[in-house]
Amino acid sequence: MTNQLVMYEEELSQINDVCDQLHRDSNAKAVLVIDKNGQAIAAAGEVESLDVTSLSSLTAGNVAATGGIASLLAEKEFSGQFHEGERTNVHISIVAGRVILVVLFDTRSSLGLVRLRVKRASTELTRILDELVRKSQSNPSSAILAEITDDDIDNLFND
Amino acid sequence: MSFINYAQREINCKIVYYGPGLCGKTTNLQYIYNKTNPEAKGKMISLATETERTLFFDFLPLSLGEIRGFRTRFHLYTVPGQVFYDASRKLILKGVDGVVFVADSQIERMEANIESYENLRDNLQEQGYSLDKIPYVVQYNKRDLPNAAPITELEEVCNPKKVANFEAVATKGVGVFDTLKAVAKLVLTELKRGG
Repeated sequence: MTNQLVMYEEELSQINDVCDQLHRDSNAKAVLVIDKNGQAIAAAGEVESLDVTSLSSLTAGNVAATGGIASLLAEKEFSGQFHEGERTNVHISIVAGRVILVVLFDTRSSLGLVRLRVKRASTELTRILDELVRKSQSNPSSAILAEITDDDIDNLFND
Repeated sequence: MSFINYAQREINCKIVYYGPGLCGKTTNLQYIYNKTNPEAKGKMISLATETERTLFFDFLPLSLGEIRGFRTRFHLYTVPGQVFYDASRKLILKGVDGVVFVADSQIERMEANIESYENLRDNLQEQGYSLDKIPYVVQYNKRDLPNAAPITELEEVCNPKKVANFEAVATKGVGVFDTLKAVAKLVLTELKRGG
């Protein structure tokens, strides 16, 4: 397997801070950071009413499909997408080629403002993700995984 | 690609159900969804056509319990089985940690099984994976049908690497959880080995 994604306390807290700030600065309803494979990483704003797991998986599928279209058209990628709804709009962008930044917003905000704020947040996120990659590469073997025994795995499946 | 979240103490893995059209991949997920406690599962999503053929994927998030204080969460996906959806299948295989190859036991579907197995091997290779290394198991579904081929014959064409195989009747749930447990176990064992 390649490129295992690892998240540490420090970086998650920084990513959460970026989400919170983007949520405030862009007057958004909610902000999500999702791994390209569909795992939710962080969220801010009005997320209680959202099914974050499903949203993450579908958004990642959407981004993957759009990426597939891009490569058919000999484009590297379409870095941003915008979906306009009656009540909620969705702005989707790829950050550092690795994670997906989703902003849900309504009439309290505008596409222009969201785009502007996303740009700044993306720069911040890229810095954090670079640090995360550096950190996980310098600690390749994670202690918790090495400690897992065959019995631990068997116990998980005992009915 | 597994996702180890130390901050939230979670291990997240992705399992893909692969196989020819109408072999029962979606039925496997539906049975798992119906039989799992509400607190251990999320919503099942099916992106299907009007005739209920999978168009892009089915998705089911499952929580299997804790290992050493880490919650283990599995995201189960199916691919669309019909031959012309190959581009979608390739996308869904991205970041996969374990594969279940669901074969249709009906003798008439032997060709379709072979084609799908070869397609799986090729698409994995394209993503930089190999059937020699990735955790995977084979499920022979529809064992209750009168035209089901003998297992030995199916093994020859669908399981040249002789990985674990399971006989199943997914509509009734026979073999469904055995298959899931086997692949989940392989994925965790691979993770532990530092894969």
